[in-house]
Amino acid sequence: MADYKWPPADKRALIGKRISRLDGPWKSSGRVKYTYDINRPGMLFGRMITSRYAHAKVTHVDTSEAEKMPGVKAVYTFPTSSEVHWEGQEIVALAAETENQARDAARKVHITYEPLPYLVADAEPAKAGAQFTKEQSARTTGDVAAGFQQAEVTSEGRYGVPVITHCCLEAHGQVTEWKGDSLTVWCSTQYVSGQGAEYSTGLGIPANKVEAICPVMGGGFGSKFSADAWGVACAQLAKKAGRPVKMMLERDHELMVAGARPSMYADVKVGAKKDGTLVAWDSQSWGTGGPDAQGGGPALPYIFRIPNVRRKHTAVLTNIGPERAWRAPNHPQMCLITMSALDDLAAKLGMDPFDFFMKNIEITGARSASYVEEMNIAASLMDWKKKWHPRGDKASGPIKTGVGLSIHTWAGAANNSNCAATIHPDGSAEVSMGTQDLGVGTRTVVGIVAAETFGLPLEAVTVNIGDSKYPPAGASGGSSTIGGVSTATRCAATDALNKLFAQVAPSLGATPDQLEAVGGQVRVTANPSKGIPWKQACAKLGATAVTATHGTDRTITSAGVGGVQMADVSVDTETGVVRVNKMVAVQDCGLVMDLKTAESQVYGALIMGVTYSLFEEKIMDQQTGRCLNPNMEFYKLAGIGDVGELVVHMMTGKGYDERGPIGLGEPPVISPGAALSNAVANAIGARVPELPLTPNRVLAALGKGGMA
Amino acid sequence: MKDRDSHAENPPKRPAAPGADDSPEKNKVSRRSFIKGTGIASVAVSASVLLGDEVAKAASLAPPAAKWLGPAAVPVTLKVNGQSHTLDLEPRTTLLDTLRDRLDLTGAKKVCDRATCGACTVVVDGKPMYSCTVLAIDAEGRNIETIEGLAPEGQLHPISQSFVDNDGQQCGFCTPGFVMSCKAYLDQEKNPTYEGVQKALGGNLCRCGTYMGVRHAVLEAAQKLQKGGAA
Repeated sequence: MADYKWPPADKRALIGKRISRLDGPWKSSGRVKYTYDINRPGMLFGRMITSRYAHAKVTHVDTSEAEKMPGVKAVYTFPTSSEVHWEGQEIVALAAETENQARDAARKVHITYEPLPYLVADAEPAKAGAQFTKEQSARTTGDVAAGFQQAEVTSEGRYGVPVITHCCLEAHGQVTEWKGDSLTVWCSTQYVSGQGAEYSTGLGIPANKVEAICPVMGGGFGSKFSADAWGVACAQLAKKAGRPVKMMLERDHELMVAGARPSMYADVKVGAKKDGTLVAWDSQSWGTGGPDAQGGGPALPYIFRIPNVRRKHTAVLTNIGPERAWRAPNHPQMCLITMSALDDLAAKLGMDPFDFFMKNIEITGARSASYVEEMNIAASLMDWKKKWHPRGDKASGPIKTGVGLSIHTWAGAANNSNCAATIHPDGSAEVSMGTQDLGVGTRTVVGIVAAETFGLPLEAVTVNIGDSKYPPAGASGGSSTIGGVSTATRCAATDALNKLFAQVAPSLGATPDQLEAVGGQVRVTANPSKGIPWKQACAKLGATAVTATHGTDRTITSAGVGGVQMADVSVDTETGVVRVNKMVAVQDCGLVMDLKTAESQVYGALIMGVTYSLFEEKIMDQQTGRCLNPNMEFYKLAGIGDVGELVVHMMTGKGYDERGPIGLGEPPVISPGAALSNAVANAIGARVPELPLTPNRVLAALGKGGMA
Repeated sequence: MKDRDSHAENPPKRPAAPGADDSPEKNKVSRRSFIKGTGIASVAVSASVLLGDEVAKAASLAPPAAKWLGPAAVPVTLKVNGQSHTLDLEPRTTLLDTLRDRLDLTGAKKVCDRATCGACTVVVDGKPMYSCTVLAIDAEGRNIETIEGLAPEGQLHPISQSFVDNDGQQCGFCTPGFVMSCKAYLDQEKNPTYEGVQKALGGNLCRCGTYMGVRHAVLEAAQKLQKGGAA
């Protein structure tokens, strides 16, 4: 059996180095074509007409006037349109020659509704009522009553995170084009290889008649796995019109329906002994992710396995666009609730939360030794011991500063991906797989692994991804991509290389297993002076290329990473404005493949974390059933001046490298909310119970009695 | 200094009738002046309530009514990246839709579609502008630069190269807007500061969170351009 193991540190030419992403020049030159940029000959523009009610019967749909409007070539009524369950649910789609004509025609679609009862407010179960609630899970471990009897100090609080949206800059959507009974779809997706099945189901055509193309995509964050109702509608419009159709969601539609992270709130009681030893936890939690209660309840408390735990969760069913996975599903919410409760308990104990977390680090389980290392590194990068003070900054003046910390974990096990690696007689090499690059560097990592394996420079390898014609690869979700694509590439490239070695070995007077490919040479491992250049070696293939295909290999990847984050903030107690001074992230992801893009992932997660901690909230109006901020003026994202100084430290070397590559997309986005909330509590001496940490919430918390 | 972020800007002049003024000022539309203009308009409305006849009299002295264009398509000549294009456009068509749908210049993106996020930024007469909120007819006769004009295909402008080298991009959808804001900024400011970068690029939003790379990219690009890279 071939040896697929990752090369040791001293033998790595590319893995773990700082390498610029392969598609960087395509992007910063503005030349690369995203789905949204595809302009096909004769292409029409699609537009959807959506529900203005949160819940209603659709009693009549009249498209006759719209069909007669200038430029209109096809009209489609969604099959689910007899009853709509949220504002923005699709009812009609049409396609016209220009965007302006599509917009004009959309105004001529007449829909009559019969409104039905709805709930859109992010309400607690008692206020939501039985009709809109569903008990999800209740669980008890140990003896909670006895646990609290042992507790010498207890803390109680309510903590929560509202519904936020994905707000991908490239809206959901696609361009569809038929050639006979075959469909080509340019789609902004996190699952290229899965689109055939999606369109097959929606259209009743064989999956192999669908080609999905997505070389680059403008952000997904967990919201872009499905073809969605609009994908099928777009294909139907294209079929009816006999012309290609582009249909991307308008920004308001995108924010209303194309992705929501569920809210989560909890009433928590937590107890510890005087020395800080955690003994008991009791929580009642609830939250909403739209009309369905998907998944189970949250696993509270997060990370810390407190010996005596009781938890209960209730789902609140609301008439808002359904939940979609949002980077690290459930974790940022569970983290905020748990780390806030623990931070409040530490304050009651009179302990520095750093010492309190360290005191209990053993009960974090398998990653506890990493957490200790990471806590110490983070504390040093943040200068924690100097900056931390007991709750409530005693400095004079209205500006108070404070620090907070949090820890997080994520599994990130590999998905199933397949790679085809080919070495051509002219010395060129290529790897192909039906995976996708969400902007995280997947294309670059695949190239790095192949080039490292072939002993070639990165530019010498062609990477083909983003098309369903390549070997199937798993969806990019849950930080599962890197484990799948890097191990499949490593194995396929090794197998192809061994086939090359078999052809070359006789001329070097060696057996194939005695050869290695290093530095652009194929040579005898035990006698490196005995070798020939790569190109010359490949010429020995004659006229036939060698190809090998291989899937994910779970023996050279693993799962389960940890990270620590610390935040330093200033809070203006007169205006309630929170400013981020500095954030530190210390993160493990097993074997780092590309240090540059890995760090970028963590910087990006910190920034996304600042955004959801300070600004993001999908605001629903119970009076009208409608979203009040489906636009980017009032659904705010952090700008370049809002994020402060950011410091990232990746854990590498012994204890990390030998675990193989593990996904990094989710873990660093989990802690920012808790770290920032704890920093604000440290600054002003009062807990702001819910994110985002907006001025009104900060002032309300101060009004209830900050120590500042 | 970027127009939409400038606080030192003079108040906009009262617009004159088309054809009455051939100065480059005549067609300038920016988000800030648009908003300021709206503010002035609302003052005028309340003034008319207060002053009644006086305002009506003043209005009668205004230049004759503007020339009516549209709603049908009219010929419009746009100068984009040094090349003239004459197109039949409905007057309501935005510069962004024209660039993307008619000229296949798809670097500029429509994201928020209301002058908030900067993904559609192009440079018009040296100023960064949100092309989603500029009408194509208002851009006639003006010098429009899009990201495609920065360097020939297959080559990279020093700013684009700096975005690559500093990893100032992830999904890349916002990147052309950042690059063009950066271009307009560095055309004006040869020695940018960290604070200056935060301000000049404050009108561009990124969802992946690439601001760290962007900060470094802008500063490095300025140095490269100083050393004589192509502007």
